[in-house]
Amino acid sequence: MLGIIRQKLGAGSSSATMLGQLQRIRPAASALRSFSSSAKEMTVRDALNSALDEEMSADPKVFLMGEEVGEYQGAYKITKGLLDKYGPERVLDTPITEAGFTGIGVGAAYYGLKPVVEFMTFNFSMQAIDHIINSAAKSNYMSAGQINVPIVFRGPNGAAAGVGAQHSQCYAAWFAAVPGLKVLAPYSSEDARGLLKAAIRDPDPVVFLENELLYGESFPVSAEVFDSSFCLPIGKAKIEREGKDITITAFSKMVGYALQAAEILAKEGINAEVINLRSIRPLDRATINTSVRKTNRLITVEEGFPQHGVGAEICASVVEESFGYLDAPVERVAGADVPMPYAANLERLAVPQIEDIVRAAKRACYRSVPLAASA
Amino acid sequence: MSFSAATTQPLRLNTTAGAAARSNDKVPSSLLMSKTPSFLGSTRKLRPGCVAAKPNAQRRSAVVSVSEAVKEKKASASTNLLITREEGLELYEDMVLGRAFEDMCAQMYYRGKMFGFVHLYNGQEAVSTGFIKLTKQEDTVVSTYRDHVHSLSKGVPAREVMSELFGKATGCCRGQGGSMHMFSKAHNLIGGFAFIGEGIPVATGAAFSSKYRREVLKQADCDHVTLAFFGDGTANNGQFFECLNMAALWKLPIVFVVENNLWAIGMSHLRATSDPEIWKKGPAFGMPGVHVDGMDVLKVREVAKEAIGRARRGEGPTLVECETYRFRGHSLADPDELRDPAEKAHYAARDPITALKKYIFEHNLASEQELKAIDKKIDEVLEDAVEFADESPLPPRSQLLENVFADPKGFGIGPDGRYRCEDPKFTQGTAKV
Repeated sequence: MLGIIRQKLGAGSSSATMLGQLQRIRPAASALRSFSSSAKEMTVRDALNSALDEEMSADPKVFLMGEEVGEYQGAYKITKGLLDKYGPERVLDTPITEAGFTGIGVGAAYYGLKPVVEFMTFNFSMQAIDHIINSAAKSNYMSAGQINVPIVFRGPNGAAAGVGAQHSQCYAAWFAAVPGLKVLAPYSSEDARGLLKAAIRDPDPVVFLENELLYGESFPVSAEVFDSSFCLPIGKAKIEREGKDITITAFSKMVGYALQAAEILAKEGINAEVINLRSIRPLDRATINTSVRKTNRLITVEEGFPQHGVGAEICASVVEESFGYLDAPVERVAGADVPMPYAANLERLAVPQIEDIVRAAKRACYRSVPLAASA
Repeated sequence: MSFSAATTQPLRLNTTAGAAARSNDKVPSSLLMSKTPSFLGSTRKLRPGCVAAKPNAQRRSAVVSVSEAVKEKKASASTNLLITREEGLELYEDMVLGRAFEDMCAQMYYRGKMFGFVHLYNGQEAVSTGFIKLTKQEDTVVSTYRDHVHSLSKGVPAREVMSELFGKATGCCRGQGGSMHMFSKAHNLIGGFAFIGEGIPVATGAAFSSKYRREVLKQADCDHVTLAFFGDGTANNGQFFECLNMAALWKLPIVFVVENNLWAIGMSHLRATSDPEIWKKGPAFGMPGVHVDGMDVLKVREVAKEAIGRARRGEGPTLVECETYRFRGHSLADPDELRDPAEKAHYAARDPITALKKYIFEHNLASEQELKAIDKKIDEVLEDAVEFADESPLPPRSQLLENVFADPKGFGIGPDGRYRCEDPKFTQGTAKV
């Protein structure tokens, strides 16, 4: 697995190859983003790096552990420079032993340290899932509050570009099903910085799902984001774009697609409201339901597998709480119900594209295009 | 006494005489293989000749506890005893408490007061007492589901453990953990894990935190040691090897204690393991591996002293394999049909409590009345524990939603836009959160 990652990154300039991949999948990525001349920009990578840096300097109990986080500067360069700054006792390069080092992180967290455990991708978290669920998530409850676990599990989640079935799964739904965990999925740099800081300061186990293709993306950020005490609340979604005709919920990379879909829909007279979930567990049902009560139509967008996914939960929640307000069935736009294929064209078919979101929105607004055959 | 000899070859004891003969010959594998039929854990019948030999001679080939050599040397060198009178009484009381508690658990289970999975520790008391009685309050103990006696040895009151087993609100985990999940922050008992092998990385993490606090947070007096207890079945699990590697790599203050009772439910250790000598796995990862007779609390104590001392001095981890036996089945639901009655009888004859009693009388450390008084005291403690647990209340309904998070905002925002946990009636609600 390491071999594949190294090949992708090459020696150093990861952004070059990444951007190449990005162009293949998102042709009009940066063009749509308009920003005022006074706003500063920050990449998601820098946002995460600076958040880690500041939290480590503020609290000596925070330490990092994971594969290649130290001397390699991070498999995706998220932890760049931190080994030099904080030393090998606080930035630990681990052997390839997910179960072992995740458990070590949990044991350290039992004693009040604040580990930030990096999984090279969340696919590898499956080797450590016993510790995430059984010794981290459930411990505060089993010990009746005696032992809390202030640990953060972070890493890239979901599909990248051409990395195949075993490196492309989205784990949001799995982790979000477990009581005792908090699950966050940032989209922009502001999200990344604010939510990671909140996660590190949180006294409970937090699963922090990043996205590899977003690392190199640049977003405008306001001045307050640069403040070292900047923090976003866990459990609150953000309305990225206000609208009145249809609600689109999304998280992580799909927020970008949803925003682009909203632009296209606007030209056709459909004014979409895009909600960036930010927090998968706890889900901000209040914001989602308030929005649905306003627009009366809902599409959920996610990259992961459709069955028992995040969209299914949102749909159930809306049906329970706002059934009378729905004017159309809830549409779920999700990844295809297949392991991720390698071939580029098949991969494009297996992950939601902007056209899929637009089509689903039109269906929900009764604007032609019959339901596509579902896999 | 150091373990350097044990890192590469085992000490070979000459069983015919009292003098310890140290040999550095590597034991040829053919020799080991030929000893297998008489291996104590074997399902084949024991040959009568083996049992009749000296009690201490019944051991696998050349693998011998290091302390055996020490004891022999000591016995011949001087009349120094291994324990003082006070220590002897302390050890006796702890083992009797463990034994009586587990017997009481069986009774309560069959009366319906206890439920679910209950795994009893009868027969293995020497390991728990031998190790844990050498620890400080700040040292950490991590166990598996067979954790009642580890909890008691570490100092959790019998009342709290019994209440926890009954599922009452006065239990050490307020009834939320149960038999397999004993936690006590005050006594640094951090589990209680139902998944075998799961406790090992957590224990390694606790040891890591001790080192981190000393070296990074500069808490100079932090020399806390962690003891990880687990069984022979666990010694085949991947996480075990991952942690042996990392503990040795980072020189963590931990002792890995294998309670090799030869059986993992119905799976004999020999059927499950390519090389049944678990202590050998230590040197493969760069730490000493020691085998000790786990039915003799004094031998366990000697080895424990050295291992814990090593860890405390910052010399790194040790792997200790204690050859022991559980007198009861794997759990109270286990019919225990696969184990040979002759094997059980053999180990019943090596009951650690009886052995300690014998030692105490032989060396005139205490009289029979004193030991009987301790027995009586323990009986009273247990009766009190059962009564306390019986009379304790069940957890209130509101407890269902408590302690899921340290920060209950994790339950999210309710339909009214406020955090759910801020609603005073939140915990009185229905099962739908």
